[in-house]
Amino acid sequence: MDEAMIGSLIASTLRVSTPLILCALAGLLSERAGVIDIGLEGKMLFAAFAAGAAGVAFGSTAVALIMAMGTTVLLSWLHGFACVSHRGDQVVSGVAINIIAVGMTAVLGIAWFAQGGQTPPVTTEVRVQALMPGVVEALQGIPVLGQVVGQGLLSHNAMVYVALLLVPSVWWLMFRTRFGLRLRAVGENAHMVDAAGVSVARMRYAALTLNGLLCGLAGSYLVLAQNAAFVPNMTAGRGFMALAALIFGKWHPVKAFWACLLFGFLDAVAIRLQGVPLPGIGQVPVQLIQALPYLLTVILLAGFIGRTVAPQALGRPYLKER
Amino acid sequence: MTHQPLPRWADLVVLPIVNLAVALLAAGVMVWLVGQNPLEVITVLVHGAFGTTRGLSYTLYYATTFVFTGLAVAVAFHGGLFNIGGEGQAILGGLGTGLVALWLSATLPAWLMLPLMLLVGALFGMVWAAVPAYLQAYRGSHVVITTIMFNFLASSLLVYLLVNHLKVPGSMAVESAPFADSAKLPSMHTFMGWLGIEWPNSPFNTSVFLAVLAAVAVYFFLWHTRLGYDLRATGSSARAAAYAGINPNHQVMLAMGLSGALAGLVGMNEVAGVNGRLMLEYVSGAGFTGIAVSLMGRSHPFGIVLASILFGALFQGGAEVAFEVRGFSRDMVVMLQGFIVLFSGAMAYVLAPSVAWVVNGLRGNRAPQAVKGAAHG
Repeated sequence: MDEAMIGSLIASTLRVSTPLILCALAGLLSERAGVIDIGLEGKMLFAAFAAGAAGVAFGSTAVALIMAMGTTVLLSWLHGFACVSHRGDQVVSGVAINIIAVGMTAVLGIAWFAQGGQTPPVTTEVRVQALMPGVVEALQGIPVLGQVVGQGLLSHNAMVYVALLLVPSVWWLMFRTRFGLRLRAVGENAHMVDAAGVSVARMRYAALTLNGLLCGLAGSYLVLAQNAAFVPNMTAGRGFMALAALIFGKWHPVKAFWACLLFGFLDAVAIRLQGVPLPGIGQVPVQLIQALPYLLTVILLAGFIGRTVAPQALGRPYLKER
Repeated sequence: MTHQPLPRWADLVVLPIVNLAVALLAAGVMVWLVGQNPLEVITVLVHGAFGTTRGLSYTLYYATTFVFTGLAVAVAFHGGLFNIGGEGQAILGGLGTGLVALWLSATLPAWLMLPLMLLVGALFGMVWAAVPAYLQAYRGSHVVITTIMFNFLASSLLVYLLVNHLKVPGSMAVESAPFADSAKLPSMHTFMGWLGIEWPNSPFNTSVFLAVLAAVAVYFFLWHTRLGYDLRATGSSARAAAYAGINPNHQVMLAMGLSGALAGLVGMNEVAGVNGRLMLEYVSGAGFTGIAVSLMGRSHPFGIVLASILFGALFQGGAEVAFEVRGFSRDMVVMLQGFIVLFSGAMAYVLAPSVAWVVNGLRGNRAPQAVKGAAHG
């Protein structure tokens, strides 16, 4: 492995991990407040579509982002309406959002753009560009720094760094603020929070709102940074992988971040290892590497790698006593 | 579950119909919003699904698969579990059905081959569901999460086996060699031919009898056997059931095992009945449609059969509409399916107070128990 290879591996790991990180943090906020979020996948897909459609229609990155985040916040509120206000089943509601997302984005895509459900590509001005191409240029040619740091770490667009910054931000919000304390308390023991005079429903809606904002970012990343256009079902299981990462990270933002990086790395490596024999092991089937995140999560859940403790009140609707 | 003062008949019949109507209305509004005529769509859809024997055949062919996946979700639900893994279990079921056919179909006669395929398919589905069940019962991991993971593992496994081992060398298509004739379930065209009735050629095959049999068997199992009673008791209150001497862990294994076996039967329709070989996309979302079917059918086999026919009609009719109406695609049906899961599932009781108000109003305001119920709720 030479420097160029290490650099490109780091770069693609970060690129693939970014939507996972954003989505896992979104799921984390909602699940720590006691609301299961199976619908991450669907919300991300909706956001990607909204970003693609708005990006094409208005030609503005800001509008695309706002539309994407607005759509997902509304969906999170729908989830809250069904599960928090009306105590419906959180898993069923999430499944519904996922199925509706697959159908509705394609229906609207066909109706508005008539390209088999795709949106036309958004223009280069709308896409988010590399944040500091100058620095990467300057580092070029210097050993190690040029490839590993320059290409690997500094060549990315703003959304990647936003995702990286959000990890400590969410950690700080959850573990160092009063809001975070209440949010976690709602997920552990809602009765206690209610007794302390804080509205359980309001806390859960607040968590879902933040969840929607982050899902919106995750979905719009797919269109504004990764792929230039929306393609039906383009999330391709990323939402579920983020869910796996957040469980693998034991519902902790920093651990979930490492899990996302690990899963992203496996994804980046899977493509490169196609047909390449590994010393001592031989050829590893790509499907195995791609399935590894799910396999690892199941093994973790089975209690073979430490213990996972989900928030105590996860999935339990709260009925206020009168 | 419900704290609403709704008479039983209204809870069982009126509320589901109201919820379904809301879902249909939402889809109708979407059809109208994208600039199409909902009435035209529904006319073409109904005609496409039921208007010709050929259309009806396709409708029932789709329905057959949905009965299996719907029953799978329902059995787990009666045991208090939400089996999201029907997709993966159906993939494994088809794999079992197909592998044994590839292995033995050249040597065994049909009367031995087909039951063997059925058994192995059900067994594969059962095992694929039993692992998450075991993890839920004895290792405390949540069955919803593990079955989601197992869906992805199942499709990876299928792709791996097809690409690396089962694919015919030199062929471009990712599919196995065809089975010998003994491993092919007779199509309805052939079967009706034996009876001297003319029936059009379609994927509709004799696995539909298996689906009906499965629905009847699930009904008898749940409501007329001791094991079924234990399972339902655990589902409605695991703790009470445990006091009555029912081991909840065994019930988790039983419910998921049966659920997986039912999902595994999808292989008999898609692999043995239609494809005659192993291919990539033989489940394609039917596991998730099963959730909608089970919710709509209120987890009762009879309701599930009706809901399956409705969904079969939507899929078949939707395909016809996509042909006839410009700009309509089958994604509309997927969206409606999502609306049904939302309104009949997650938001099933949102409208209950309004329905109760109307129902009680129609019964002349004589609802003292309603007031009492509200006070307790």
